[in-house]
Amino acid sequence: MRLARLIAAFFAALLLGGASEPVLVPEVSQRDIQIQYGFTGAELLLFGAIVYPGGTPPARDSDIVVILKGPPQSIILREKQQIAGIWLNAASTEFRSAPAYYAVASSRPIDKIVDKRTAAIYEFGLDNLQLSPAGTIDPAEQRRFLSGLVDLNRREGLYKQQEGSVEILEGVLYQARLSIPASVPTGTYTAETFLVRDGQVLAAAVREIEVRKFGFELFVATVAEYQPFAYGVCAVLISLLLGWIGGVIFRKI
Amino acid sequence: MDVYLPIANLSVNALVIIGLGGLVGILSGMFGVGGGFLTTPLLIFYGIPPTVAAASASTQVTGSSVSGVIAHSRRNGVDYQMGGVLVVGGIFGTLAGAGVFRVLQQLGQIDTVINIVYVLLLGSIGGLMARESLASVRAMRRGETLPPKKRRHHPLVANLPLRWRFYRSGLYISPLAPLILGFVTGMLTILLGVGGGFVMVPAMLYLLGMGAQVVVGTSLFQILFVTLASTMVHSLTTKAVDIVLAVLLLIGSVTGAQIGARFAQKLPPEYLRLLLATLVLLVAARLAIGLGFRPAEIYTVELLK
Repeated sequence: MRLARLIAAFFAALLLGGASEPVLVPEVSQRDIQIQYGFTGAELLLFGAIVYPGGTPPARDSDIVVILKGPPQSIILREKQQIAGIWLNAASTEFRSAPAYYAVASSRPIDKIVDKRTAAIYEFGLDNLQLSPAGTIDPAEQRRFLSGLVDLNRREGLYKQQEGSVEILEGVLYQARLSIPASVPTGTYTAETFLVRDGQVLAAAVREIEVRKFGFELFVATVAEYQPFAYGVCAVLISLLLGWIGGVIFRKI
Repeated sequence: MDVYLPIANLSVNALVIIGLGGLVGILSGMFGVGGGFLTTPLLIFYGIPPTVAAASASTQVTGSSVSGVIAHSRRNGVDYQMGGVLVVGGIFGTLAGAGVFRVLQQLGQIDTVINIVYVLLLGSIGGLMARESLASVRAMRRGETLPPKKRRHHPLVANLPLRWRFYRSGLYISPLAPLILGFVTGMLTILLGVGGGFVMVPAMLYLLGMGAQVVVGTSLFQILFVTLASTMVHSLTTKAVDIVLAVLLLIGSVTGAQIGARFAQKLPPEYLRLLLATLVLLVAARLAIGLGFRPAEIYTVELLK
């Protein structure tokens, strides 16, 4: 089905071949990620075709940048400092739209593909994330918080930058692998693909990926959120029952 | 064996959590305490968000105190009147605690406060217990018996107005004293996810002067109801009770408690108390060191809804 769609798009693009700009036909290996009891993360294959007008790739090499981004979140980032010998949260800043997950893969190092300005416009790379900070305006402080957030999320596998990990075959087919850890939040993720040549973004295309809880996990999370009283009563009853059963079983042994 | 926790939003190894519950269960069976004071820090150490850890640990303590309450009530070891007063105080304590919790969360200081309260509580109670049990172990070695302490309530308690008779506890004191005690442990339950047994039992013995035969049963009775209230309050306010986490912990702790109870019969109680005191002091020391050392993570993220 997916392959059929890809091929159809490919030929549609060929027929439209009169256009002078190349077209991207991206696809992801999984459009629906279901979080269930054994979920330990997912590995996504982002792949697709570059369709050139006339059908033949130009002699000069093009580059591909793939960005997989989670839903934007409003967060407070707190920073611990040592005060009177104790480490406690001393400073904080707000970011109105920090992506819950951000992974960028590219066929070559980003600074070799585009200049700083273009990278900033398209948010290529962890240094170029636009998080809409609120509160403190001091740029030095903002940079400190930003690098703190990036560093923290990087070590948790939520932010990653994989330069040189996009493979381009014969100048027309590309693929990249990105992994999502188990701790990602649910929501709509976007997989953006950019075709870059001579420091210019020639084409871009987006696919959406839905990450959601499923089955029992969805049920538990929904009840906890929307039926908190019933959830609490159930939690209490289950723990009473387990405690009581345990006592009964072991008295008999 | 990985299991996804739907509220904590992360995958954990089920066997590790069950083992952790089992370890806490063994200790709680040996010493007759709920073990929440170990569960919460261990869960946080394992990577569970502190709020989810405290909320789910209180659910677990409900389960692990049930069989104890049943056993003690068969032996007439529960003063229901005293327990009732403690529970009323405790429920008000959990409600007040929920308010404090929210304010501290907004200020971003909840983790630090949890840690400091733990260090102070465990340090002081562990110290008192260690001193008392060392004295009795030494006396036992020399073959002496310590003169039994005169059972008396604290002068502060005696000065409170309005006196009730608590027959089973053998007391004629103001109900305000257990009401306040219940209130304080209720707050601790919400904030720390502990049942409060390690605060309650010494306070009952040395502040209220209750008869030793009803102390453990009555404290378990209070813990049962207050952790139950705490689970409800957490479900309604922080929505941080992870039922999957609580069940995994319970499977371990219910089993462990029975094993621990059997260990306890083989060791003299003086040594048991000394062991518990050492354990409590170790946890306190570990947390105190954690306050002063540069933490692994300088930055923490909190979601705004």
